[in-house]
This record gives sequence, C-alpha cells and structure tokens, in this order.
Amino acid sequence: MPDGPTGEGVNIRFDKLGVVIAAIAAYAAFLAPFATFRANRIVPGQARSILEALPATAGPLLMAIVIVAALIALFRTPLMLRLAASVVALAALALLVGVAGTFLTPAGNTFARVSPASGFWILVFAFTLLLADVLTRLSLSPRDRVAVLVAAAVAIGLLLVSGAWNDLSILKEYANRADSFWAEGSKHVTLALGSLLAAVVVGLPLGILCHRVQRLRAGVLNVLNIIQTIPSIALFGLLIAPLGWVATHVPGAAALGIRGIGTAPAFVALFLYSLLPVVANTVVGLAGVPRAANDAARGMGMTDRQRLFGVEFPLAFPVILTGIRIVLVQNIGLATIAALIGGGGFGVFVFQGVGQTAMDLVLLGAVPTVALAFAAAIILDAVIEMTATKRRVETA
Amino acid sequence: MKAWLPLLLRLALVVLLVAFVTSPGWFEPLLKPLTENNAPVIYNQGSLLTLTLLHLRIVLIATVAATIVAVALAILVTRPAGAEFLPLSRSLVNIGQTFPPVAVLALAVPAVGFGEKPTLIALFLYGLLPIFENALTGLTTLPANVVEAARGAGMTGWQRLTKVELPLSAPIILGGIRLSVVISLATATIGSTVAAKTLGEVIIAGLLSNNLAFILQGGLIVAALAVLIYDGLSAIERYAARRMGREAE
Repeated sequence: MPDGPTGEGVNIRFDKLGVVIAAIAAYAAFLAPFATFRANRIVPGQARSILEALPATAGPLLMAIVIVAALIALFRTPLMLRLAASVVALAALALLVGVAGTFLTPAGNTFARVSPASGFWILVFAFTLLLADVLTRLSLSPRDRVAVLVAAAVAIGLLLVSGAWNDLSILKEYANRADSFWAEGSKHVTLALGSLLAAVVVGLPLGILCHRVQRLRAGVLNVLNIIQTIPSIALFGLLIAPLGWVATHVPGAAALGIRGIGTAPAFVALFLYSLLPVVANTVVGLAGVPRAANDAARGMGMTDRQRLFGVEFPLAFPVILTGIRIVLVQNIGLATIAALIGGGGFGVFVFQGVGQTAMDLVLLGAVPTVALAFAAAIILDAVIEMTATKRRVETA
Repeated sequence: MKAWLPLLLRLALVVLLVAFVTSPGWFEPLLKPLTENNAPVIYNQGSLLTLTLLHLRIVLIATVAATIVAVALAILVTRPAGAEFLPLSRSLVNIGQTFPPVAVLALAVPAVGFGEKPTLIALFLYGLLPIFENALTGLTTLPANVVEAARGAGMTGWQRLTKVELPLSAPIILGGIRLSVVISLATATIGSTVAAKTLGEVIIAGLLSNNLAFILQGGLIVAALAVLIYDGLSAIERYAARRMGREAE
C-alpha cells in the first residue's frame, strides 16, 4: 500500500497528532491576525491577516507553504518529509514575519510598531509541535539533540545579525536599550550560574555529610524544604535587612559589593533555593549506590575517602547532575525576580514592560530568559544521559 | 510523648496563622522593631484575611482546573487510542517546565489584561506539569498482574480505569497535586506584580516602601499556608497509599 499523502481513495490514513496540528494551523492562518500594527508603542493595535501583512507575492506564498505543511502533517507521511515540512514552515514564518514588519511600517516612521500577533505565534506553536514530534520519534542521541539546538541557535543568530527582524517592535525596543540589554543579560547569567556554583560547593559536602550521618539528614532536609516554601519575592525582600546590616557593620563587606539591595540579596536567595535540590539529590544518589559496589570496594581495602571519590561519587553522579539541572533551570527563571529588589537581570525589562503596558518590552526580557532556560535544560539533559549510559557501559 | 509533638506543633501553627490573619493587631509589638519612621506595622491597604482567602481561592481554582485537565490528558495518552501522543506529551512536559513563571505571567497579560486572569492562567499552566507527570507515572507503572486480572475478570475498559487504574494511581497523582499546590501558593504572590489580589500585594507594598514588617508578614503567611497544606496533602496521600498497598513517594 502506498504510504504517501495521496494514497488511492480508501487507503488515505490520517495522523492523529496531524489532525490536531492541521486544525490549529488552519485556525491561525485563516482566522487569527498575523501581525499587529500600532501607531506608537503603547496604543492598542490593529490586526492584520497574512494576506494584508505581506507584499503581494509573499502573502500567498506563506499561505501555500502553511497549507502544504499542514497537509503533510495531517496524513501519515514519512518522518523525513514531516521534518522537512516543519523546518520549511518555521523558516518561512521566521523570515516573513520580518518582511511583514518592513512592509507594514510606513517609510521613515520611527514611532510605528509592528509586532507578531496571535496567528503568527499559534502557527509557530503548531509547527514546533510537529518538529518536536518528529524529533521525539527519531529518538536522537544526546549529541544530536545538542547539535539540533546549536543549529537552531545559529539560525536565529543569523536572522538577528542580518537585520531581517529589525522592523519588528521587540528589536526596536532592543535597539533603544542595546547596552543595558547585554549588561542585564550578563548580570542574569552571573546570578543564575554563580548561585548554582555556590550551592554546589556548599551542597555537595553537606549532602555527603547527610548521607554519612543519619541523624543530620532529616533535620537538614526539613529546613531546606521549609526555605522552598517561602515565596521568592518575600525571601528576596527578607534578605535586604540582614545584608544591609552586614554591609554597614562588617569591615570590608561593602567593598566586596555586599549591600542591602541589589545583587547580593538576590544571589543569597537563589543560593538558598538551590541548596535543596543539590543536597537532596546527593543524598538520594549516594543512597542508591549498590551495596555490592561498596562491599567490593571495602574488600579491596579502599579507605573511606577512596571509596567516596572512586566508587560512590561516580556512581551517584548522574543523580547529582539531575539536581544541578533542576537548580539551573529554576535559577534562570527565578533570577527575573531579582529585578524587583534592584538586582538586575532580564526581569528589569519584564517589570518595566508590565509597568508601562509595553508588551514588546516584556518580550525583550521574557524571550531571552525562556531561551536560556530551554537551552540549559536540553544541554544538561544530554549530559545527564551521556554520563548515565557511560556508567552503565562501564559497570556492565 | 514524641508521637504527638508534631501534631501539637501543627495545631500551634494553625492557631497562630488564624490568629494572625483575623486579628493582626495583636502581633503589632512583635513586628514593630522592623519598621522605621513610624511606618505602619500591619498592612493597611486591605484586610489580611481577605487577601489570604483570595490567595487560597486563586490557588484552589487553578489547581482544580489543572488536576482535571492533567489527569484527563494522562488518561487519554495511556489509552490505546491516544498512545501515539505519549512520547510527544512527555517531551512537551519537559519543555513546559523550562518556562519561568514570571515569563508566563507577563506574557499572559497582553492576551487577557491585568488582574486575576493572567495569574490564573500562569498557575493553571504551571500546575499542569507536575500533576500530568505524576499521573502518567502512576498510570504507566501499574502492577501488570492486577491489570491482567481485571481484564480476565471481564471488566470493560471504563470499569478497569475507574475501579482499578485510577484508585491504584491515586497516591502518586495526589503527590503531583501536592507539588503543584505548593508551587502555586508561592507563584501566586508574583501575580501581584500584574495587579492580582493575593498576599503578594503585601510583600510588594513592603518592597516598594522599604517596610520589612510587610514583607515578613506576607511571606510568613504564605510559607505557613504552604507548610500546612503540604503536610495535610501528605497525610491524605499516605492514607490513600496504605489503602492501595502502594508506597507513597
């Protein structure tokens, strides 16, 4: 039986997920607005459909691409064809939304704002769903997953550098704040990574201690659990006073950059939130080391220290890494809240945007945050899978 | 003596919490040293009790909606008809968890405006993931012999689901709900940055006016609620697990 989309008559077979994707895409392409035009950055926008938002040839072209890709998704088609359809559709959407920006902005008008509207985002969602489904079904190796991520990042980077998106409002917001964007970005990354590093330096020994000393375990884990229940904005705020006191009363602390408001309380709060996953996963990882491995190591005459670093730690490593993955993704998200106490980070744009009801400014802060968290999750998942399979091969 | 100590501690916490939200004035002397320049000690732009109830209401609505949708989805993808969606739904859950709550909240504003709605959406989406994940774990790790026995006894698919599979997975699903509620309680405070009426309002008022007493009372009420609800749900979970003869996580 032919497997193609044109299988004769009764042999046509639908793909269940494809039905959902095609329905979403049809709604987005025909009923939802593709782009929003606003005379300036905060007035309500006017919706534009695909055909209205694009030049005479590009509009029908995008329509055709969307329809063909949706049909490929709808029927049971070979995986590679589905992969090609999703990539082509996403690339066309990415390129043409920039074209819409240029087309809709009156020449020389610097106040007008064009932003992608719900139809664009829903189409991106639909074809990302298709792409995610194909990638899941291909069950890529960890290395290939990272390669796909790098390829996507390079493609987006090229689009940004080429200026294809320069007429979109989010990049106009960026152009007005290019310097502070990178400054806040590096603060965001420093906060997320620095507090993770501190949590690993403190949490690993603490976890090992909890594993060795039974009595300590319940107490430490309970305290860390309770810290997690304190809402982040409150914890950030509560640290202002003690750190302010340290800054004024401990000689040299202020010189180190410790202050009541700003980066220091944010750093400490993220550090406190990070401790639980690191300590708990270290304890769970060490507890999961097979007794036989420990007995064999003891039988070989290994000292406690040798056993810890030579046997227990390597075997527990994938579980500990899972804890680190949780912390990193969580920290990248939580670092946005630091902006509320003057700690900087991408949250600055999010909260400024919410305050000014300028959604493009919100996006300028939210999109890089989501991208960072997403990339961190994919990379660390790949690393975890690689170390876990390596151990399995070695111990087998 | 040791057995009733935790219970006594919890009771004391409940009494303290109720006393604080109903008559915060009693605690004024305790919090007084935290304020400067005669600033108000107890939040004065709304009653703490109302805010606490509104906070709980938002979390309750979001969690109930998230539970219904997440469990329904998990049931769907574990039936033969929906099996095609299982791998994809797993990756979607993984991707979804990387979205920071602040971003979800801020991005929901253009769609629905300020106030309670974006908070409800963010809490709902964020609450879906742990429940869905746990429901999936529960439904896919059922003891094979029990499911086989149910089939052998001539139960229909619907009967197996409602009489065997769901009750057996209940403890694990409850574990997901517990996680989701605790996350939601904390995330709801962030909702006040987009003008939702929650306890976050108290904390943010404290941040803006540099009033430590406000930050502390808002934060402590939320933390106490979270600890108590976490404890209560854990107890229900253990009860369900004992009844089903399954170990709770």
